[in-house]
Amino acid sequence: MDRNEIQTKVIDIIAEQLGADRSKITESTDIANDLGADSLDIAEMIIVFEENFDIDIVEEDAQNISTVGQVVDNIQKSLNKGGAE
Amino acid sequence: MSRRVVVTGYGLITPLGCQVETVWQRMLRSESGIKRYEQFSDFRSQIVGMCDEFVPRDHFDVKDIRRLDRFTLFALAAARDAVAMSGIDFSRENPFRCASIIGCGVGGLGEIEVQEDRYRTLSASKISPYTIPKIMLNAAAGNVAIAYQIHGPARGVATACASANDAMADAFRTIRCEECDVVITGGTESAVTNLGLGGFSAMRALSERNDDPEGASRPFDKDRDGFVLGEGAGILVFEDYEHAKKRGAAILGEVLGCGITTDASHITKPDNEGIFAAAAMESTLRNSRLGTGDIDYINLHGTSTILGDIAESAAIERLFSAEVKTLSTSSTKSMIGHLLGGSGGVELIVTLLALRDNVVPPTINLVNQDPECHLDFTPLQPKEKPLRRAISNSFGFGGHNACILVGKGTDL
Repeated sequence: MDRNEIQTKVIDIIAEQLGADRSKITESTDIANDLGADSLDIAEMIIVFEENFDIDIVEEDAQNISTVGQVVDNIQKSLNKGGAE
Repeated sequence: MSRRVVVTGYGLITPLGCQVETVWQRMLRSESGIKRYEQFSDFRSQIVGMCDEFVPRDHFDVKDIRRLDRFTLFALAAARDAVAMSGIDFSRENPFRCASIIGCGVGGLGEIEVQEDRYRTLSASKISPYTIPKIMLNAAAGNVAIAYQIHGPARGVATACASANDAMADAFRTIRCEECDVVITGGTESAVTNLGLGGFSAMRALSERNDDPEGASRPFDKDRDGFVLGEGAGILVFEDYEHAKKRGAAILGEVLGCGITTDASHITKPDNEGIFAAAAMESTLRNSRLGTGDIDYINLHGTSTILGDIAESAAIERLFSAEVKTLSTSSTKSMIGHLLGGSGGVELIVTLLALRDNVVPPTINLVNQDPECHLDFTPLQPKEKPLRRAISNSFGFGGHNACILVGKGTDL
């Protein structure tokens, strides 16, 4: 899966989870500050990302997520790790 | 003279509809909201009262729907109608003198099932962070407080099937003792789930008249075989009379008193003779400074269980001995089933509508009255009759007995 595909899927999920306008979400969008997600929303979203991409996002990475771009980076990293095994 | 407490708004979510006047008209046409559902085909009892007309998307955005359990959505939707009807603008109120006190018997049972299933089929790390804030019984009260920026007391009240009446008693006292001026109160429940249905079914508490859903809830009929599980909410705005008058609110009824007792005998089986249920009604009359002759109607707990109906009837026959012949009673659970923690809220609203229109709603399916029950249960059809004051009864597992006494809004 290339970065663009990941990005599209991530934005779809975020828009669906938060009921947000998809067209207003870019890689620089801050999930908490710009979209009003609280810590529970973000924790829930991480579970949804894990299920949709069939990955495990490590706890430290999960704690550091603030922008959409960081989510995409994290998922790409996890997918690559999985592929190398 | 202590403060008077009035009702200035109410909202309903029930198996007979989600608008107060619709539900009321259907009740006056003796309709039933009970249906058989395929999803429960491997349960002993497959008949329930579900709020099929409640479409969450009509009331809430996707984020709320994901974060809130169905019982909280019910409460918020009913509260919205109640608040709109009362005309109160919470942004103009002192938020510390407003409260949200809402009954709920079991909380988010459905969500517990979903998350337990995720744990078993996926893993511990896949349990949703929304689980706890969704399932907790006080989620309805807390979320209503958020919706209206209420900063006085907000609490969930849990006394099983008496939860709503206990909550409203609490709301009544909160206003009467001058702690608050406005309370959003009542009850909500959404326990028509595998665990809810299976659990009550295992106790042999539920009707198994699966081939006749509309005839299954038949309180005080000699062929009754248990209650029908329902879901829904009844939310009311209670307000200090002077406060309501000052802002020109329409007064829909007056809360005159309440009484609460506990059987303290068996955790689920009611006292055979209803001694403590009678004591709760007696205490309600005392609290209201009224006598049995002042009551024209009792909206019964009347769940359609063998023991419960006999005990309630016996309690009323004894307490109202002289007036038993002129007293009207009915169980509106015959039409919507038993909404557990939601029932008392719905039934108090129905009771206020009965007083407003001078008509007693019927006990449907009451074809052959149990020879052990001797009251006028208003069988099959509603009855027009001048009504001055009424009591609404709720009794719950745990031995809880809670009664609320109301009068007409026009009497003030």
